[in-house]
Amino acid sequence: MSAASPLRRMGLVAPALVIVLALVGVPLAIMAWVSLLERGATIGVTWDSAPSFANYTRLAWEEDFDGTMLLNPTYLIIQLRSVAQAFFTTVLCVLLGLPVALWMSSLSKNQRDIAVLLITIPFWTNLLVRNYAWLIILREDGAVSHFANAVWPFGPVQLLYNDTAILIGLVYSFLPFMILPIYSGFEKFDWRLLEAAYDLGANRRQALTRVVIPLAMPGIIAGSMLVFIPSLGSFVTAAILGGGKSLMMGNLIQLQFGQSRNWPFGAALSVVLLALMMLVLVGLALWRNRQGGKI
Amino acid sequence: MTNPQSAISVQSVSKSFGRGDSAIKVLQDVAVEIGTREFFTLLGPSGCGKTTLLRLIAGFEELDSGSILIDGERVDHLPPFRRPVNTVFQNYALFPHLSVAQNVAFALEMQSLSRAEVIRRAGEALEMVRMAAFANRKPSELSGGQQQRVALARALAPRPKVLLLDEPLSALDLKLRKQMQIELKQLQAEAGITFVFVTHDQEEALTLSDRIAVMQGGRILQLDTPRAIYERPSHRFVADFIGDINLLEGKVDGGAIQLDCGASVAGNFGHAPGDRVTVAIRPERARLAKSGEGSFAAEVMHSAYLGTATLLQLRLADGREFLLRETRIGEGAAPPEKGSRVSVHLPDSALQVFAA
Ligand SMILES: Nc1ncnc2c1ncn2[C@@H]1O[C@H](COP(=O)(O)OP(=O)(O)OP(=O)(O)O)[C@@H](O)[C@H]1O
Ligand SMILES: [Mg+2]
Repeated sequence: MSAASPLRRMGLVAPALVIVLALVGVPLAIMAWVSLLERGATIGVTWDSAPSFANYTRLAWEEDFDGTMLLNPTYLIIQLRSVAQAFFTTVLCVLLGLPVALWMSSLSKNQRDIAVLLITIPFWTNLLVRNYAWLIILREDGAVSHFANAVWPFGPVQLLYNDTAILIGLVYSFLPFMILPIYSGFEKFDWRLLEAAYDLGANRRQALTRVVIPLAMPGIIAGSMLVFIPSLGSFVTAAILGGGKSLMMGNLIQLQFGQSRNWPFGAALSVVLLALMMLVLVGLALWRNRQGGKI
Repeated sequence: MTNPQSAISVQSVSKSFGRGDSAIKVLQDVAVEIGTREFFTLLGPSGCGKTTLLRLIAGFEELDSGSILIDGERVDHLPPFRRPVNTVFQNYALFPHLSVAQNVAFALEMQSLSRAEVIRRAGEALEMVRMAAFANRKPSELSGGQQQRVALARALAPRPKVLLLDEPLSALDLKLRKQMQIELKQLQAEAGITFVFVTHDQEEALTLSDRIAVMQGGRILQLDTPRAIYERPSHRFVADFIGDINLLEGKVDGGAIQLDCGASVAGNFGHAPGDRVTVAIRPERARLAKSGEGSFAAEVMHSAYLGTATLLQLRLADGREFLLRETRIGEGAAPPEKGSRVSVHLPDSALQVFAA
């Protein structure tokens, strides 16, 4: 390549860069700017208001009548709950997805194709419809509820309209995003390495933790991002299965832009959500670098 | 019926892959007793079932029938990690996510030894294969021969009682290969490890082994010491597979064998009159005839001076080639020239006769 090639390459990627900048960068900048302004009288934004961090302070503090700031944990709890929900969703998806992916890769070629098809079939129906389906499955007089109450020894079980319901819904919605990247990693996996591990005295658990899981790590990380990030921002599942009682950040943001008509506060919440996601991505990137970048 | 001396006892083992009509019989009724501390070699052409036999001993394949005992105990129902054997895999099978040192330490860590002990013994094993300088590299950053040496170190580090080696030196250059052969043999003798060694290289098999099993098509044709295999092959296939040999076809005629090239050999070697037979003789056991000896004529096609001997490539009356390795040319006499005619003598004691 010639010395001018960096410039030429810039020229080639420029159109794409412009589009990304116009369609992602500019709206993000507008959102960040709006989060610093005051709400409009009825709807929208007071564009000529002086920018301040008031919307961000509102996340944790509340102004009392006499002007003193009081700690208001409501929004913090919602944020914390969102992160916790997304985290547990990811963990459950790993725990369920890894064995499924392992099992899939042990099938014959034809059976694998069928398995992949079965896993992608839920995407053929709308997310909303699927969440409503869970509403019916988990309803109070349903078979699942009866069964759960029969086997659970510690008093009555409420399956719907709580954090458990949201967790079930989220895991169900995002599990395929965990299974498929892990499975695609296993497809390239050299199973003779497993034989080598056994040969060197590793039992099944050791072979799993020392050889299979480390080699499946790229898939697990990719799957975790694909599950964690949309879970953190999801609102349909919480709205339907949480019954509006258990809010997540997505619901809160939707509320601000909808009923509350407080766009600047909604924008501030969105910025915080974005920051949380970036934090996770950067954390993962750092962790991977420390692993030597090889896996 | 179990031999108490045996480290490994393979008893009428059969194995096929696939089911029903499409099943391929890969091993048929194989029986071997391998002694403690023995250097035992499986030798045979590609696809004859060497790797399959090793995999059965290591526990990666299930037997169709028969049984396998290690140190007198049946192991054929045990998973690989419960069998006291380690394997050097034909394809190395190094862990790509671990460094060279971590690969070699793997088995030691499974034995829950102390950290210091793990490091010391992994270091020793790497030293032995001259890979200590590469301890921190990943397998993907090594050449094929280097990977092979790491695979060897990894299997040796836990000091197994039995080591299964599937062509462990095949990727090394000649010089390193010779060095590693010597070191393997020393190690095997000093550490008292039983080796089951697979190779394509018959010279390697002859120089290293206590005993050799020559396999063909899933069967063991001959199981004996290297000397016996070389000097008294039991089958025409074994004779042909190991070393250079001249195979002359002929027919038993009364008390002698009439060869197709016109010569005849006295004695019928236990074959009935009228039988087609093959007479085999090593190039170094045939010689140029002295006057008065039974002989036949041949034309010199090519003569190569080898230092310790002269290799003559001859053509017989029926057009076939005949190799003759003559050590006594040079004591005054000039080697026969190309195109000249010589007479060849086949000493009776050097002949092997197989049913054709
Ligand atoms: N998993 C398998 N499924 C079907 N056939 C197999 C399988 N493994 C081996 N075979 C067949 O069994 C036969 C013996 O194979 P094996 O690997 O034991 O040969 P080998 O003697 O080790 O050959 P090489 O010297 O080339 O390594 C071959 O014909 C091979 O095609
Ligand atoms: Mg093989």
